[in-house]
Amino acid sequence: MLITNLENVPGQRIMKSLGMVRGQALQDSHWMTRLLSGLHRVLGGELAHYSALLRRSREKALAHMEVEARAMGANAVLNVRFSALAVVGGRARLSVLGTAVVLE
Amino acid sequence: MWEIGLLVLVPVLAYLFGTITERNHYRSLAHRERHLVRLPICDDPHSLTTLYPPPSSRLVMGSVVVTLDLFKRVVASLANRLLGRVESYEALLDRARREALLRMKSEALRLDAALVCNVRLETAHVFQGWRGAPSAVEVLAYGTALIPAERTRTAPAASGPVLAPPRRPLARPTSRPALNP
Repeated sequence: MLITNLENVPGQRIMKSLGMVRGQALQDSHWMTRLLSGLHRVLGGELAHYSALLRRSREKALAHMEVEARAMGANAVLNVRFSALAVVGGRARLSVLGTAVVLE
Repeated sequence: MWEIGLLVLVPVLAYLFGTITERNHYRSLAHRERHLVRLPICDDPHSLTTLYPPPSSRLVMGSVVVTLDLFKRVVASLANRLLGRVESYEALLDRARREALLRMKSEALRLDAALVCNVRLETAHVFQGWRGAPSAVEVLAYGTALIPAERTRTAPAASGPVLAPPRRPLARPTSRPALNP
């Protein structure tokens, strides 16, 4: 499945637009990593645990979106946007939006 | 007595470590940017993709969460009230954006991309700190990596979420005309 943030795919025509698809992910982190990150925040710099947490949840959201698009019979998702990031108490929630289409 | 010592020592240590981390980060950013400058990126969603129609395209992203040290954070949230411009946050956002772009670029280079199109940057506050001042920011850079046909064979197998090459590459001209036919 083609997933892109372009609005159309050069060289391929969109046969049918199936509407918006969404993927959401909620990812929890271990209390120990939260504690260590809390200490790390005193010194500043990159919070690698949170970087990894958000990357994982983004991949999960994309995978969920792909499953939804496939269920609709699409073979591509265009115009993908990431939105609504919230980190509350070490828990990351985010969603990804896109337009499911059928390419020729 | 030792409580007062701790009250002084912790911010001083935080300031020192934070400053060293920031300086090292800037140095590493400059170094990696020199290496990755060979990969062009653009934020145009249309023209370049038709100029260079992809036989294989892939969503690439890079993200980073960075935070200021305690001392600068407290000073910045005080300065937020008194002054208009908070330079430590400017530096923080600058670091985060450059780091996110670099990560996106290195992911694209791993796929042997020639160009990353339609690059978007998104910023989010990860923690809401004292007095509503953000204590950490996350920057996400994402775009579509265009991988030329002759390179797709040597490109590594799909590791992230995404993509098969189109079934008929370069089959039909798009409705949108190319800039330089």
